[in-house]
Amino acid sequence: MSIRIGTNSFEHRVQEGIKNDFMRGAVSSAQGRFRSGRLKAAEELGNWEDWRTLGEEIRNHTMENLDFYLQQLSDQVSKRGGNVFFAETAEEANDYIQNVIKKKNGKKVVKSKSMVTEEIGLNEALEEAGSEVVETDLGEWILQLDEDPPSHIVTPALHKNKEQIRETFAAKKGYDKTDKPEELALFAREQLRKDFLSADIGITGCNFAVAESGAVTLVTNEGNARLVTSLPDTQISVMGMERLVPTWEDLEVLVSLLTRSAVGQKLTSYVTSLTGTRLEGEVDGPEEFHLVIVDNGRSKILGTEFQSALHCIRCAACINACPVYRHVGGHSYGSIYPGPIGAVLTPLLDGYDDHKELPYASTLCAACTEACPVKIPLHEHLIRHRQIIVERENKAPKAEKLAMKGFAKWGSSPAAYKMSTKMARTALKPWTKEEKIENGPGPMKAWTDVRDFPAPSKQSFRSWYKTRKKGDEA
Amino acid sequence: MSIQNREAFLNKLAENLGRSRRTEGVERPKWSVSPQWEVFKGATQDELVDVLEEQCKAIHTDFQKTSTADLENVLRETIERYEGNAIIAADDERNAEYQLDTYYQQLEAEGVEVHIWDAEKGKENQVFAERADVGITFSDATLAESGTVTLFNNKGNGRSISLLPKTYIAIIPKSTIVPRITQAARHIHEANQQGHEVSSCVSFITGPSNSADIEMNLIVGVHGPTKVTYIVVEDK
Repeated sequence: MSIRIGTNSFEHRVQEGIKNDFMRGAVSSAQGRFRSGRLKAAEELGNWEDWRTLGEEIRNHTMENLDFYLQQLSDQVSKRGGNVFFAETAEEANDYIQNVIKKKNGKKVVKSKSMVTEEIGLNEALEEAGSEVVETDLGEWILQLDEDPPSHIVTPALHKNKEQIRETFAAKKGYDKTDKPEELALFAREQLRKDFLSADIGITGCNFAVAESGAVTLVTNEGNARLVTSLPDTQISVMGMERLVPTWEDLEVLVSLLTRSAVGQKLTSYVTSLTGTRLEGEVDGPEEFHLVIVDNGRSKILGTEFQSALHCIRCAACINACPVYRHVGGHSYGSIYPGPIGAVLTPLLDGYDDHKELPYASTLCAACTEACPVKIPLHEHLIRHRQIIVERENKAPKAEKLAMKGFAKWGSSPAAYKMSTKMARTALKPWTKEEKIENGPGPMKAWTDVRDFPAPSKQSFRSWYKTRKKGDEA
Repeated sequence: MSIQNREAFLNKLAENLGRSRRTEGVERPKWSVSPQWEVFKGATQDELVDVLEEQCKAIHTDFQKTSTADLENVLRETIERYEGNAIIAADDERNAEYQLDTYYQQLEAEGVEVHIWDAEKGKENQVFAERADVGITFSDATLAESGTVTLFNNKGNGRSISLLPKTYIAIIPKSTIVPRITQAARHIHEANQQGHEVSSCVSFITGPSNSADIEMNLIVGVHGPTKVTYIVVEDK
């Protein structure tokens, strides 16, 4: 896998998403729960706006001095017995990790959940090189057994129901119990314990590295990341180059923002800060540690008007607030980063060519911007993307181009415009039922396939405006 | 240890930022707000104990409060509740201070397997932890707001003790309780600045492991311990 998921067109993916009733129900209820959890957690603090301001200031300062803090981080990791590799591309990162595993003669790799390793396609690269790779996060393990990509960055298997999960466990692992979530989880615990105990390599992502001391911090709930970093003799952590903070004091602020915004928890069950190799006399932890710092297109965003997109702490609050995500689900975006942040980030990392629809998968309602704990102006970035696509790249979706062309022609003549607004009601009459259009023609079809469209008013705005009396409320 | 590809990588970042490389002299600015210091500001130690007790309900953790003299009894009850026949505990100087050394010896005499972490024994410690029913450690810093125990893992307090056994008991000296993670982070930050080596693993543990990965249902107990008890001890 890479940042791109599948080869189907955007429209096709959206159709698939909209037809998937379970997924839509699950997403909408998850959004509700995530959202109320986040709001409650924010409310408890009382001064949430101050927290957001603080988060924004820390991210801003870190990004403005990214070269300095990455140098400090790598020096500290090295001082604590770790190796640091700066990878400009996904290939460089994968090659380096393959080589480490080869040198250690590693057979089995256990992984904790990491979006950046999904982004660079690490699992495929390692499997090609002959390693057995086991995803140990419950959601990721389910997806790995089913060869399915994630649809949400916090709960990756959100689109699957427990019956499907039971079937997957039965088909792939000989599971013979019920679809009760507790029993399914207990089975995963038993199965994966064997993998933890026999693995020679542990691979993690990184929520935040701390430049001043070289710590890699993992924010988790299940305990698998602790197992991945306690038992195998070699640990490899992979981080996007922007995932760091200057000091421990900044770390705690961003961790607090992350856990509250992501799941409404004050802190997750485990926040684990790991520094270098195990110290002399220690039994747990790796004897060899590698930190791989990945660019993979991020540096192109630095110094541009989109720089704040790099401030993202991957909490998914914007995803959980987005009305479009609610309807189409994560897979529709065709990127491992879905939702508003995905629509901003994916074209920046992977170019506009394959992702030109994403900035349009938004109502620009700004719920995302309001939800973001580090104040990324997401909807403004989406508008800017659209401008760039239209102006410089000339890649606006076909229907919009056609509509705009028509509008330009008609709108430039007052008489023609007047006539067309009057005609709309007559023209759409065959499709109108009780003032609603349920099955519209041509360009309206995509809209009315999934919801109704109000019929044009009997009176046009212009004629109403002309005839209205002062104080008339009609 | 080795650092590879650094110069070209960082030079490019500086170039894209439109300036020359910064290798020194960067100071963190004074942030315009500091809401983290307002949380439970001025709370007494007893008030913080109450906050911790309340938070334990939200994190599915049993809460006990006791004196040093009575710690043994509370511990015994908890271990019985967890059907603890094999117990692993950290090698901690506080074991003697709180008279746990004698208690553990007594437990062994009663036929319970007790393993005190022993760096000399290497991987044997992990093997025991994996089959243990109960893991026991002291908390080094306790965060009232979130209900979190902080462990500075070291060669006497292996990471496995609070991770591999089915259940986990944290003994919390009352004096270790602070309002929130802010105070613990500052402590680590200052120690680091004074040249003290930060622990190879700082574990912030908040109750039992859990997951919401299956239909968003909260499942308590996944890879880490499935049940957790905090015992707050009056130490001063």
